Amino acid sequence: MKLLLKIWRQKNANTQGKLVEYVVDHVSPDMSFLEMLDVLNENLVDKNEEPIAFDHDCREGICGMCSLYINGRAHGPQTGVTTCQLHMRSFKDGDTIYIEPWKANGFPVIKDLVVDRSAFDRIIQAGGYVSVNTGAAQDANCIPVSKQDADKAFSAATCIGCGACVATCKNASAMLFVSAKVSQLSLLPQGKIEAKDRVLNMVKQMDAEGFGNCTNTGACEIECPKGISLENIARMNREYLVATITSEK
Amino acid sequence: MTKIDSKIPQGTIDKKWSDYKSHVKLVNPANKRAIDIIVVGSGLAGASAAASLAEMGYSVKVFCFQDSPRRAHSIAAQGGINAAKNYKNDGDSVFRLFYDTIKGGDYRAREANVHRLAEVSANIIDQCVAQGVPFARDYGGLLDNRSFGGTQVQRTFYAAGQTGQQLLLGAYSALSKEIAKGSIQMYNRHEMMDVVVINGKARGIIARNLVNGKIERFSGHAVLLCTGGYGNVFFLSTNAMGSNASAAWKAYKRGAFFGNPCYTQIHPTCIPVSGDHQSKLTLMSESLRNDGRIWVPKKKEDAIAIQQGKKTGNDIPEEDRDYYLERRYPAFGNLVPRDVASRAAKERCDAGFGVNATGQAVFLDFAYNLKYKYGKTEATKKGIHSPSEQQLYDLGKEVVKEKYGNLFDMYMQITGENPYEIPMKIYPAVHYTMGGLWVDYNLMTTVPGLYALGEANFSDHGANRLGASALMQGLADGYFVIPYTIGDYLADEIRTGKIPTNTPEFDEAEKIVKERIHFFVTNEGSKSVDHFHKRLGKIMWDKCGMARNEKGLKEAIEEIKQIRLEFWKEVKVPGSDTEFNPELDKATRVADFLELAELMCTDALHRNESCGGHFREEYQTEEGEAKRDDEHFAYVAAWEFKGNEIQPQLHKEQLVFENIKLVQRSYK
Repeated sequence: MKLLLKIWRQKNANTQGKLVEYVVDHVSPDMSFLEMLDVLNENLVDKNEEPIAFDHDCREGICGMCSLYINGRAHGPQTGVTTCQLHMRSFKDGDTIYIEPWKANGFPVIKDLVVDRSAFDRIIQAGGYVSVNTGAAQDANCIPVSKQDADKAFSAATCIGCGACVATCKNASAMLFVSAKVSQLSLLPQGKIEAKDRVLNMVKQMDAEGFGNCTNTGACEIECPKGISLENIARMNREYLVATITSEK
Repeated sequence: MTKIDSKIPQGTIDKKWSDYKSHVKLVNPANKRAIDIIVVGSGLAGASAAASLAEMGYSVKVFCFQDSPRRAHSIAAQGGINAAKNYKNDGDSVFRLFYDTIKGGDYRAREANVHRLAEVSANIIDQCVAQGVPFARDYGGLLDNRSFGGTQVQRTFYAAGQTGQQLLLGAYSALSKEIAKGSIQMYNRHEMMDVVVINGKARGIIARNLVNGKIERFSGHAVLLCTGGYGNVFFLSTNAMGSNASAAWKAYKRGAFFGNPCYTQIHPTCIPVSGDHQSKLTLMSESLRNDGRIWVPKKKEDAIAIQQGKKTGNDIPEEDRDYYLERRYPAFGNLVPRDVASRAAKERCDAGFGVNATGQAVFLDFAYNLKYKYGKTEATKKGIHSPSEQQLYDLGKEVVKEKYGNLFDMYMQITGENPYEIPMKIYPAVHYTMGGLWVDYNLMTTVPGLYALGEANFSDHGANRLGASALMQGLADGYFVIPYTIGDYLADEIRTGKIPTNTPEFDEAEKIVKERIHFFVTNEGSKSVDHFHKRLGKIMWDKCGMARNEKGLKEAIEEIKQIRLEFWKEVKVPGSDTEFNPELDKATRVADFLELAELMCTDALHRNESCGGHFREEYQTEEGEAKRDDEHFAYVAAWEFKGNEIQPQLHKEQLVFENIKLVQRSYK
């Protein structure tokens, strides 16, 4: 396959970026999308040009490091996959592909397609944990959890923190990400002790990072590569409301 | 003239650790704040160690090269984590886990370390559950288990096919809790470039800020390397793209011995290579071997027809299939350990029975268990008498989907084939490295104050790691071992005070780092970093991979030297050293792989026996099994750096087996 790529190039956070055209040839349908970019970068190095910077690590859809807005969609045209799991068989010869970084106030561009997602770390630091120190735990089976709750908590916990929800939301809201962690921990008995403080602090931090509000468009759920459900946002809203009314702080 | 002392405590095996804990030196809480600990790496070992040490009161700094500590490659572990809980009432015990691990490691691990690992394994599960890790549960609300290779009990705890993710996010949450308190300072997108050794003790590191290229100095009273394994030497492996050996290699060059570098694990169930563009390989969890049966055609003509695309696996009738693991190893069947399963696949493919275009694949087939194990059970549960084949398939598919859904989806994404309908194709791939920095019982390297935890050390898996034991070891080291053993060293450091970074040793280390980086960005070469890395990988896979021999290893050593020479002349790194430059990051890592690869071959060449993941073709039984030589090789090979382009010196740590009798490993 031969493809025309229009890729966002930006030297660093302080300069303006623009779309630059590249042609890449001999693309096999078995290549992953990032392998196609590898080929392009190899060509650029050969021509003494600077390769395109993009974040990636595990290349199996679990670390959450890859991103990319491809033809106007977070992680590209397929649903339920990250960019690193997207394969070129989803495209055809002669296609033009637009490749841009996540765009959101909370995710400033570092270079080209690489953005800074440390806001997500700070939100977790605001309360996305159970305060249990090493060595203080009781026997694991002393805390039975109904299979239903355990499964729901697991589904929420599969969030990989990639930021596709933010990138795809017209308000750049981080509600799906935050609610996934709030849900996981509020569904489990271990997390209930700190549930009120957790939801209040995490939402406060989310707002401080410059993420927008949720207007229930549901785009995040559709583009989430891990299928994190909107139900989590509803649950977080309930938790937040209850905490606001009943918190003793 | 050996310089190594493994510091194994006295006493019987089941008392060593508890006695040690009762007598090890402690640091009083008031003194801990004034002690700085540097942790490099934020995976299971790094995050758990950092969080635990910070909770105890130490001042901790953590470094990771990714954009967040949550990205560390522990996250990709799929199948599960072992623990001797015996929740299944099937005869598990600390001793049995200890025994299985020693035997699985082909009798090349240190007994005392492995027993300690088995002892703390149950605490890990307790700790993780308390953190809110959502392990799989049964309908009574209690924890579920499954089986893994190399064992006959069910002791593996899991969270669907994402156990590593859930455990890492648990450790990350503990790390985040301590960052929020200010007891941990986190440095994302920072890469360790060198260890600084002052008066024989590790006193700090030089790190590079990957965003702006700044070279920075950090001091500490102890440095913990939790930097994972070196599988990416092979270019193609299941490791993440950024996984690298540089921290461990720099430590080696500063005096830390490297243990058993030739022990690499080739995982039997990975998605086969599809072409030259391939950048990495993807694992299909070993847990699939619980329900998938591995086979190739019995008849060569069928294999050839499949290779040419004229037939598929479904066209081969039952009687013409060779379930070679069940045939060769009836006692363990498809659940033999990884090294055995990998070699058996290679043997069949080398004999011409491979099942894809390259002939480098075998089938992993779920049809039988899907229909007759799960389909039948579901039919009985639902009261369907004499169900049709289609009904069995539909019912079984739902169960298989719940167990392995994410893995099947991943397979479908990568290959474009539906594994519910046609058998998966798999082939072995480099996955894990049992070798690593040599450490004593305290997890300290031969450089005082420098520790190695998790995959970065050599300690617990011998010559072959059992499935679901990597997560166990990483978390054991971080949560339950280092918090005790580090006190033994730090108790003598309470009077040291803050360590300055303006010393000649820091100057010298920084100068070396800067010179190397300057070289890369100014060298007028003609070939990309990947060009060299791919060539190195091919040599290593062909000559130091699943099977090795003297001739091949000698050739490999010469070829690696050649590539290294060429690399330092011809490597081309575009861009500058003062901004985000992933090509430069790669160059510094590949430079180290090019040296480490030679040490791996040197070690493989000297070990004139076959054991676990190290299979020397000259040393095999008549049935083609690994043939150990306990008389001459029951030791840990610890290599000491003697200078660039100089043969390293071998030190031997004799392994003493007091509790387990050495026998030929049999899974028949």
